[in-house]
Amino acid sequence: MIKVENLTKRYGSVTAVDSIAFEVKKGEIMGFLGPNGAGKSTTMRMLACYLPPTSGRAEVAGCDVFKDSLRAREHIGYMPENVPLPQDMRVSEYLRFRAALKGVPGRRITERLTDVYDLCGLGEVERKLIGALSKGFRQRVGLADAMIHEPELLILDEPTIGLDPNQIRQVRELIKNLRSHHTILLSTHILSEVEMTCSRVIIINKGRIEAHDTPENLRARLSEGGEATMEIRVSDAAATAAKLKALAGVTSCSHQRLGEWTRFTMKIAGDPREHLHALAVAEKWPVRELSRKGATLEQVFVEVTHAED
Amino acid sequence: MRRFFTLLHREISHYFHQPLAYVVLFFFLLLTGANFHAGISVLNRETGQTSVVEAFFNTVLFWFPFVLIFPLLTMRLFSEEYKMGTIETLMTAPVRDSQVVLAKFFGAFVFYLVLWAPSVLYFAIFQWVTGESAAGAIGSYLGAYSLLVLIGLFYLSIGCLASALTENQIVAAVIAFALISLMFFLSLLSFLFLNASPALRELSYYFSTIEHMAEFSRGVFDTRPVVFYVSMTAFTLFLTFHVFQYRRWKR
Repeated sequence: MIKVENLTKRYGSVTAVDSIAFEVKKGEIMGFLGPNGAGKSTTMRMLACYLPPTSGRAEVAGCDVFKDSLRAREHIGYMPENVPLPQDMRVSEYLRFRAALKGVPGRRITERLTDVYDLCGLGEVERKLIGALSKGFRQRVGLADAMIHEPELLILDEPTIGLDPNQIRQVRELIKNLRSHHTILLSTHILSEVEMTCSRVIIINKGRIEAHDTPENLRARLSEGGEATMEIRVSDAAATAAKLKALAGVTSCSHQRLGEWTRFTMKIAGDPREHLHALAVAEKWPVRELSRKGATLEQVFVEVTHAED
Repeated sequence: MRRFFTLLHREISHYFHQPLAYVVLFFFLLLTGANFHAGISVLNRETGQTSVVEAFFNTVLFWFPFVLIFPLLTMRLFSEEYKMGTIETLMTAPVRDSQVVLAKFFGAFVFYLVLWAPSVLYFAIFQWVTGESAAGAIGSYLGAYSLLVLIGLFYLSIGCLASALTENQIVAAVIAFALISLMFFLSLLSFLFLNASPALRELSYYFSTIEHMAEFSRGVFDTRPVVFYVSMTAFTLFLTFHVFQYRRWKR
């Protein structure tokens, strides 16, 4: 669906996107992850045929975004960051205008409108002026606009930015429901979002692709890393910490006194829980908790994007 | 073509969604009304060959609001979309840059025609009340209004260009006003050159909007101004198109 080769964008002497290459297959939800200013929006704008690339090429649904821009645009539903909308139009009026502009045949417009109202929950604000809508509804109008012409590809730039937690959940659900009909490329700097919605992830930093994989695989990369927690009742915490640290697979150990219990937090490689248990039995420590947390995408992200600093 | 008309419809309705349109309409009516009244008062006191149509279209009271309306009509065309970011949704829809430029231009032009429509009533009412013809001949109307259309095309295209240059509406208005005033004041050259060589007189006539109006409102139809305004409009729109494209490219 998307094919990107050596795509580069320079603004004067600043290289915003530095010869990136990737592919997105039909039906995938691709997450574009990166810190602010990493080049996510620039890449998406180039794919949406808004900015011409400095060099390299990109193809959407078999159409070159630069040479065959008009045809490419017919296959794309694009929602820019911060969802710019005209303030003076009513929701229905705006979506009608956008549908006609994107080539939806006149007799099908009403039908498409009903569809996107249902999908995006816009029925109740249909007659309202866009300028009077809350941020959450504006976001949904943006989404409705992006998919009004039933594009094969949806490009959503930070679709959940500035929303409250409930609205974020609603938008995420909506995106998940769209998966069956559209290929989706979405950008975000919220990691949990990618973990929840995307089938593949590209981590981009300073205009370069730093990692490109499924969320599971990316986590697995750091699966050796992680954290184990054990709460036990011991009198000499420091001595216990030394014993724990001596175990294979435990790289560091800190402790915190909780009344007569002590909580030990260990950085681990692999899974030393069995050894921890064996040690506790041998030493006759009463245990009330023993747990391990795998690496999160957040750790992958921090590791990848800070590697060069 | 359907996309062009969709855009055009949006541009026209955008005017009527904004309070500015009604403010402009109101004050423009007021000023042209005052101008009409002043024209008739002058004619009442004098005897001569001047018709009401000529008196209406050839006074300072006519030219002053006339030059002012163009920046007001055109300043938001592109600037507002740049500022609001809606240019991004607009240009990622499958529309050509040229369609957008032309739709904005003709949208402004339609509003300009709406602005002038009531003035036709003035002459109709005059004839109905006095029973006398407001113009020497029908050509007087045709001349005056077709020149209004021509000047409108040219000055509106200057406004489009100014608006395509900047995302600040005020700056766009100032640029448009400066350029239009410059073009308009070139008119006055021909009055400075009254005693100059015929070649210079001839040259200055090309730019002289005031002289064109004096001729056309008498019913004299001259093709030179027609060529001048139409070609200048085409050229300015061509520039606008390139400025519009360039702004996106350099970013």
